[in-house]
Amino acid sequence: MAVNIGLKLFKHEPTPAEVVKKSREDRFFAREIIDGVFNDFIEFHGDRQSGDDMSVIGGIATLNDKPVTVIVIDKGTDIHDKLSKRNGSPEPWGYRKAQRLMQQANKFHRPIVTFINTPGAFPGKTAEVQGQGEAIAKSILESMKLAVPMISIIYGEGGSGGALALATTDQVWMFQNATYSILSPEGFASILWKDSKRSEEAAAVMGLTPKDLLEKNVIEYVIPESRNHPRVFNLIRKKLDDEFSLLNELSPEELIQKRRARFRAF
Amino acid sequence: MDLYDNQKSTSKIKRDASVNDRIPDGLFLACPYCGVQMYNKQLGEHRVCAHCGYGFRLQARERVALLTQSFEEMDSDIEIVAPDFPGYADKLARAKSQTELGESVLTGIATIEDAKVALGIMDSYFMMGSLGSMTGEKITRLFEYATEKKLPVVLFTASGGARMQEGINSLMQMAKVSAAVAQHQEAGLLYLVVLTDPTTGGVTASFAMQGDITLAEPHALVGFAGARVIESTIHEKLPKDFQRVETLLENGFVDKIVPRPELGHVISQLVKLHYRAEA
Ligand SMILES: [Zn+2]
Repeated sequence: MAVNIGLKLFKHEPTPAEVVKKSREDRFFAREIIDGVFNDFIEFHGDRQSGDDMSVIGGIATLNDKPVTVIVIDKGTDIHDKLSKRNGSPEPWGYRKAQRLMQQANKFHRPIVTFINTPGAFPGKTAEVQGQGEAIAKSILESMKLAVPMISIIYGEGGSGGALALATTDQVWMFQNATYSILSPEGFASILWKDSKRSEEAAAVMGLTPKDLLEKNVIEYVIPESRNHPRVFNLIRKKLDDEFSLLNELSPEELIQKRRARFRAF
Repeated sequence: MDLYDNQKSTSKIKRDASVNDRIPDGLFLACPYCGVQMYNKQLGEHRVCAHCGYGFRLQARERVALLTQSFEEMDSDIEIVAPDFPGYADKLARAKSQTELGESVLTGIATIEDAKVALGIMDSYFMMGSLGSMTGEKITRLFEYATEKKLPVVLFTASGGARMQEGINSLMQMAKVSAAVAQHQEAGLLYLVVLTDPTTGGVTASFAMQGDITLAEPHALVGFAGARVIESTIHEKLPKDFQRVETLLENGFVDKIVPRPELGHVISQLVKLHYRAEA
């Protein structure tokens, strides 16, 4: 089991609304995480069906000299990059690219790491035409059948089904200032109270902070953040290596069984 | 747990409890899809628009009565313990009394024209058919039971999406049910989805799109994101039938659209084609 000494290190306990605000800031960039945690990253493109969604970066890399498949949702860096990636809202072909890379990892017995930072799957016209619902549904279903260790890390926003699509894994971790929720606090307030301005109040009752989610066993581990990014990446590398080693001791059947049981508990 | 403990015969369904039976025959109604007006009586027992074939929304128990020859309910006593979100308990109580259900799905073992199936029917009159943790629990148990007894699953979807009041637990149901679907799939068993009006959000992004065969009722609205959300994102108006199943069929996400009065026959036919020995 994961030990969460990280929580005790936090000096000031931020309010849920503060965590929401921070989770949306550019604290860590996708490429920075990839280069900081892994070595020899080689990016792969496309879902082999309809295109290449740049908001989902995928490829293989080494983690302490061992090959892993890495899938990262990217919000982009500057304004043009963010626009082209819809602020990290994947299209169906982004999820299908992830599925393809997950299947590939399964074939070659490589563990899978996903890094998630998305307000949600893109609610666009083409997204619906191409089956956004089906794309997410299949990502979840296929994840339940993969015989390799899988760990997902939410490093910013973990928005709804669009995040869950890459988070049906053996373990789910969150950065200290990340959120994971059924909907944005603004959306939640506007649906339940018909008033999107009550988002701070919504954030408070939604239970979307790492602390809340750890208590509910939705996640296993909280990654303490620091301005010293290499320190954060070193911690992640070590922790991933440790947990993958433990997960690798399980037989494929046990691994799948445990993953399913993890979600059966809800 | 022994699922038989929770089975309760509902052969004597109190039909007068349903929303639709309280509508007087002489009332004038407009079809929600085509807008043509007609007397309530003209919808007939299947409650179908004579003009366009749209099936008016049914409650789960009404559909059981129309579709099945026998039905043994499972897990009728399952309901959420201590809902703690403000106002949630009241909403649940109202939904329960209106639908005679403990949650937004009715599950059980049914015969549909001699085909024995594990049947789930979501009820859009129960908090918009939203995906609560006990909705997910009942559907998961239906799949688990079907896997154990080697039965096909037939699931009628109808959902406005997530159950906001349950927060992240609602999201986790998508994964929980999917795990049970995976298990059922690996046992080589048939999972047949019937998309009904409306099926949206988290249900579309999970078990509604995981079937081996996907049927749909005419003109049912099915999508992931809400039309208004899409329109405000892309700043344009969506075409009229954008999220109707006829469009989904064109786009490759539906196998067949079946008028409501023919559903029983088509389902039993499909089940028998997959289970010849038992048929
Ligand atoms: Zn009509």
